Amino acid sequence: MATATATKDKSVLWDWLTTVDHKKLAVLYLIAGTLFFVKAGMMALFMRIQLMSAENDFLTGQTFNELITMHGTIMLFLAATPLIFAFMNFVIPLQIGARDVAFPFVNALGFWIFFFGGLLLSVSWFFGGGPDAGWTAYVPLSSGEYADLGLDFYVVGLQVSGIGTLVSAINFIVTIINMRAPGMTMMRMPLFCWTGLVVSILIVFAFTPLAAGLALLMLDRIFGGQFFIPDMGGNAVLWQHIFWIFGHPEVYILVLPAFGIISEVIPAFSRKRLFGYTAMVFATLVIAFLGFMVWVHHMFTVGLGPITNSVFAIATMGIAVPTGIKIFNWLFTMWGGKITFNTAMLCASSFVPTFVLGGVTGVMLAMVPVDYLYHDTYFVVAHFHYIIIGGIVLGLLAGTYYWYPKMFGHKLNEKLGILMFWLFYIGFHMTFFIQHILGLIGMPRRVYTYLEGQGMETMNLVSSIGSFVMGAAILVLIINVVYSAFNSERITVNDPWDARTLEWSTPTPIPEYNFAQTPQVRSLDPWFYEKVHGDGTMKPAEPMTDIHMPNGSILPFVIGLGLFIWGFGMIMINMDDTIVPPFLVIGTGVILTFGSMLIRSIKEDHGYHIPLEQVKKIEKEVS
Amino acid sequence: MAGSVDLSKGLPSHPEKSTLEGKNKFLGFWIFLGGETIMFATFFGTFLGLREGTAGGPSAEELFSMPLVFIMTMLLLTSSLTSVLAMFSMKKNNFKNMLVLMIVTVLLGVGFLGFEIYEFVEYVHHGLGYTTSAFASSFYTLVGLHGAHVLFGLCWITTLIIRYSRSGITLTNAPKFYVASLYWHFIDVVWVFIFTVVYLMGIGGA
Ligand code: HEM
Ligand SMILES: [Cu+2]
Repeated sequence: MATATATKDKSVLWDWLTTVDHKKLAVLYLIAGTLFFVKAGMMALFMRIQLMSAENDFLTGQTFNELITMHGTIMLFLAATPLIFAFMNFVIPLQIGARDVAFPFVNALGFWIFFFGGLLLSVSWFFGGGPDAGWTAYVPLSSGEYADLGLDFYVVGLQVSGIGTLVSAINFIVTIINMRAPGMTMMRMPLFCWTGLVVSILIVFAFTPLAAGLALLMLDRIFGGQFFIPDMGGNAVLWQHIFWIFGHPEVYILVLPAFGIISEVIPAFSRKRLFGYTAMVFATLVIAFLGFMVWVHHMFTVGLGPITNSVFAIATMGIAVPTGIKIFNWLFTMWGGKITFNTAMLCASSFVPTFVLGGVTGVMLAMVPVDYLYHDTYFVVAHFHYIIIGGIVLGLLAGTYYWYPKMFGHKLNEKLGILMFWLFYIGFHMTFFIQHILGLIGMPRRVYTYLEGQGMETMNLVSSIGSFVMGAAILVLIINVVYSAFNSERITVNDPWDARTLEWSTPTPIPEYNFAQTPQVRSLDPWFYEKVHGDGTMKPAEPMTDIHMPNGSILPFVIGLGLFIWGFGMIMINMDDTIVPPFLVIGTGVILTFGSMLIRSIKEDHGYHIPLEQVKKIEKEVS
Repeated sequence: MAGSVDLSKGLPSHPEKSTLEGKNKFLGFWIFLGGETIMFATFFGTFLGLREGTAGGPSAEELFSMPLVFIMTMLLLTSSLTSVLAMFSMKKNNFKNMLVLMIVTVLLGVGFLGFEIYEFVEYVHHGLGYTTSAFASSFYTLVGLHGAHVLFGLCWITTLIIRYSRSGITLTNAPKFYVASLYWHFIDVVWVFIFTVVYLMGIGGA
């Protein structure tokens, strides 16, 4: 029988490769997401160097196209999404009072598939260059006629990593619906769990069209399909519809969890409960629903006709209503609160005005005639970076500073934190505010250079300098992580912020089973309730007994690897000369993938029990 | 929590969802099927958008044959019925019956797949290759994806039958059989749509 002591003998590497613990997977997501974030950030800096002066020849047009495409793709799929998943993985089971997620194995599977998909996308550089058709991969730019091998890596790599995301989403949904502690009703769930649930549902409904669309493009490119070739009866606009039916909800997939984080951080540091909890929940649902109804606002200039455009314009503006509700509720939460402006709170509160600005330009773009003017200019670039950085990244930073002590047992340094915040905030506005104006005077998007004497030089220079300031901020964050690891005091209290939700009732470091006894939830903000109305500990909902835990497994890693090899083999079909025939590589991948799945389904794995004495021992150590 | 189930009075009436693990599987699988539905919907949309795009190649009216599709439909509908009956047997704790019905399900599915392969080969002989036109690509992709689902389902159910051929119904395997039969149902429902949208509308020229 494997027991908790037996697992200690394994090597550290093996332990991380086989882990099914949601807390460790969260750390893996955090590391992978950060690496990809830094990579894509450096790509952005390269682009900004290129655009620093007129008619610059630092990069070629081709390289610039590859950088744009990879920057956008990596940021959205391999940086923002996994960073959000890192927090969802770590926090959601704790906030709902669960010992584990519903499918620990599937959870690990989701990570490894995402990771290997990202790797597949990234190795394109070693095979003649990255994809170059923009993150939207519009046909015919992305069809075999115009785009090289890089696009095969885009199509297959995203396909693989998307499967990982999908699989994780299913796990989150079931976890939230089935694994809540007694008393944790839906309307007592913290908003981060709510947004996590809604976003996971969005992923199931949005990533599947993407998977289908990518499959079509792959069939066109690798197997001679004719979906997007007009001469052969195909239709190029079809791609845009499929892509944006995924692509618009994707924005909400990223931003709703950021809303969730903000809704946790602002009450914690305002020392008030979240204003208008119920309205917040319903606003989340309405935003999620409308998020699916507005995809055509990315296609106003395609020529679908005035009626279609008007309907989608109105639907788009409709989203401003629930978003406005959220904004006001955050403001009312802060109103009259005892606010502590530490780094987490600075990021969270500055999120609000920045996001509003991005929302306002969004409404501007939703006006069809106006969009005809602004379409594919820097105004659009400014708009979506206000949403993406001023929204999502600030939210993630707030979450990082807020949950860091729970995840790693010590706080991040506050002085460095504040420095990072101001560098980031100033750098951000410097980079992107001015791009609104650049767009209005006609600087086109996705173009690698511009002419002299059109009044764009100075503004572009300012923008580029701003981007370096922002880069410096991220550097400070990384320094802070290293510095704090060595110089910060270990947390001795479990609840360093005097916070409200269940994750702060656990000991630090958290035992692998999270809660020795499942807590009984008696109210919204259950931990705060017990501190005020109870004796400062959670009431247990069950007697203390042996605890059942799942076994680790290497199979998720192998399945991810299998999909990587399989995908690579498919891309090899389009390579000119290959050392081994592609079908051998594909075969190896298929066998690894399905073989592992077969092993998994045949071998019954019932996990192990941590005996009661040991639970008692661990509890004594950590408390 | 709902970890242990009292087995002293025999299996509970819903062995597939009486443990938390079973409940999780059950819900998770429904969500998975939701995603599958959306994916198929995308392929259906693609087919509907491109079915006129024959680019001078053979069209649906020229190719599709009603008797063949009718036989295939009957095979698959019957197999769905037998898988439902198998689940009734499971709830009555009649393992032998369940196993036999599952085997019949598999055999019917194999028959369906055989006809589908025959159909595809036949169309290729009539000049409808995968790359012939957008209609061809979208037809083979949609129907072929369904066929791949059938194949996967067959492998899955066969594995379950072999793996648990001697174990009787337990709380561990009940959810597995149940979920597999749900999947089989789903495949059947998708086929009904394919039958209507691809074949009936294709032959009728609607
Ligand atoms: C240091 C911060 C950043 C800078 C300086 C930056 C800069 C840029 C630049 C120069 C472009 C190309 C614009 C064009 O010519 O059309 C771009 C595009 C883009 N960026 Fe960023 N970016 C940053 C952060 C981010 C983040 C955090 C995300 C998402 C999480 C993101 C997502 C995108 C997307 C989706 C595109 C569109 C790519 C395409 O058109 O295919 N960016 N960014
Ligand atoms: Cu949109």
